[in-house]
Amino acid sequence: MLAIHHLLASEPDAEALDAFIAEHSFPLVEDTSVTFIYRGEADAVELRHFIFGLESSQAFTSLPGTDFWYLIQTLPATSRVEYKFDIIRGENHHWIRDPLNRHLAYDPFGANSVCHCSGYQRPEWTFEDPEAREGRLEERRISSRIFGEDRPVKIYLPARFRRRRRYPLLVVHDGDDYLRFSGLKTVLDNLIHRLEIPPMVVALTTSSDRLKEYAADPDHGRFIVEELLPELEGEFPLLPEPRFRGLMGASFGAVATLSTAWRHPGRFGRLLLQSGSFAFTDIGKQKRGPAFDPVVEFVNAFRDEPGRPAQKIFVSCGVYESLIYENRSMIPLLQAAGLEVRYIEARDGHNWENWRDRLRKGLSWLFPGPLWMVYE
Amino acid sequence: MRRIALLGPQRLQPIISQALDRVAGQGPLAVVTAGWQERESEVDELADHVRRPITNLRLHARAEEVFQAHPELFSILRERQDQLKLLQQLHRLRLDYVLEAARRLLRRSPSSTLLEKEQESAIEAVRSLDDHHAASLRDIHREFEARLKEPSREALLRHRRELEEILGDSVALAIAGGHVAVLLNRLRLFEIPALLGDLPVVAWSAGAMALADRVVLFHDHPPQGAGNAEILDIGLGLAPGILPLPHAESRLRLDDPVRVSLFARRFSPAACVTLDNGSSLLWEGQSWTDGSNTRRLQPSGDVEVFEVL
Repeated sequence: MLAIHHLLASEPDAEALDAFIAEHSFPLVEDTSVTFIYRGEADAVELRHFIFGLESSQAFTSLPGTDFWYLIQTLPATSRVEYKFDIIRGENHHWIRDPLNRHLAYDPFGANSVCHCSGYQRPEWTFEDPEAREGRLEERRISSRIFGEDRPVKIYLPARFRRRRRYPLLVVHDGDDYLRFSGLKTVLDNLIHRLEIPPMVVALTTSSDRLKEYAADPDHGRFIVEELLPELEGEFPLLPEPRFRGLMGASFGAVATLSTAWRHPGRFGRLLLQSGSFAFTDIGKQKRGPAFDPVVEFVNAFRDEPGRPAQKIFVSCGVYESLIYENRSMIPLLQAAGLEVRYIEARDGHNWENWRDRLRKGLSWLFPGPLWMVYE
Repeated sequence: MRRIALLGPQRLQPIISQALDRVAGQGPLAVVTAGWQERESEVDELADHVRRPITNLRLHARAEEVFQAHPELFSILRERQDQLKLLQQLHRLRLDYVLEAARRLLRRSPSSTLLEKEQESAIEAVRSLDDHHAASLRDIHREFEARLKEPSREALLRHRRELEEILGDSVALAIAGGHVAVLLNRLRLFEIPALLGDLPVVAWSAGAMALADRVVLFHDHPPQGAGNAEILDIGLGLAPGILPLPHAESRLRLDDPVRVSLFARRFSPAACVTLDNGSSLLWEGQSWTDGSNTRRLQPSGDVEVFEVL
């Protein structure tokens, strides 16, 4: 019997409801049952979650004569679910974060509440480690003839960066978002400190028009290969072989990653693709909206002729994403093309913390560090 | 009689100065930081810690100079390295299976005479494979020895003479950690053990590993792979009977009795000793004694304070 059932069975008064809330943290996770609570006046309350496959809104039940609302959801172990409450009063819908939950996940649109289900634990390597030496970020502007403007790029230089040594290079799409919402700098500092990846130079790129440029725009690929790479190679001591050069991105950033590598084979030996928006059609038109037209055109062409965009490709996707089917179907295709592929799934959605939590597996596979050899 | 101190990592809790005071008198210190590779020359922080004049032996840089003067030597070493690498790959194929079998048997219950016999036999299979690997490593080194010791390499001989002189003027040698294979190769190339005489040695992390009879790589929870400890190479044999385990607290699952027991039994009779922050272990000619904060992995699966060996 769940705690909420005990409470309801006791026919609680306002004081007992207050005590129940004070005694527990919310949402209340009991094995695979999760109880959400809302206190407040409303005509209806709904849970708005980001789990593809479940009804996107779930109605709370009110306790008659009180302002106490509750909802019990079954959520599989290890799930991490982002959500909001929809407070409905008359015609008005007001989406709010769960007032009783301190866990928040941020993204470019704001923040969501987060439910850490049974068995989910934020990886310890995502927290700042006072023992890890810190790398530094430097701002650069790349003069782009292709885009007719300067493009900002942040450069991560690892701790103890030395010009007389040569480094692998990783180019990141949506670099600012990876820094802000996935804690990429902390992750890099920690994984390098733990010797799980080698010290590397990381170029964090940002697009001013990502929905166009990241949607397999050939100009974007040319910018990366013909303008960004030469600039970085001229300025930093980089290892020249493709196996020491990586490209990564999430969502449309993964499309930009794959399309760039596909159009310029042999330049990037390592790709990290997170929740790629790899929409395709076998027949008929795609239904995801006009922004996906060029994506579908590219993915269809890629599926017809994958070639060898890289040597090793790491793919991850959340099982609560609408893109899970597209990502899963990409794996046999890549394998059949003779590429070395690793694919992992998580009970998570299309969000920056999902992408953060998968970085260790992906980066340490694509760029193995000197873990076994170095004892400082 | 040479005195030796093996230490844990020195970055966060340096105790090298106290260790030097215990094994050597006041005077200049020779240091090897070849494991730091391209950062070999950055010894200012170390100099601050030891509070005495230091001379960096620059083995990494000297090796580069020797390779430039004698490119054929570099080729021979590369050839040996390729053989060692291939041997390691082949060894791993077999090791993965025998270690997995031993671990599965050690995790079985209830205990019985039959099970114990199978467990013992499984561990013996791992030990036997380790011995075979160590013998193969020795064979490779033996095979290359004559070619590497060709006496006409003047640059190498000159560097050795300089190193001998520096060591002769020093009261102790300090060997820092870092990349253990790079460090070991440079120490071997210049035959540092043969130049030492009775000079006391203080070594930490990879430096301590290089001094042991066998150099064992270990990590119980790497981001990829099973985390199987493996013998990388034959060590310099200056630290008898000890298998040093730097950063053991973060690298090993010391709370997993099966892994601890297997590790201890596999490498017995060597004492598998943790070297974490603040750890030190002293050799004064007859026995190893605990300076501070060292623990020993036990066949029982326990990790106990190390006292004397």
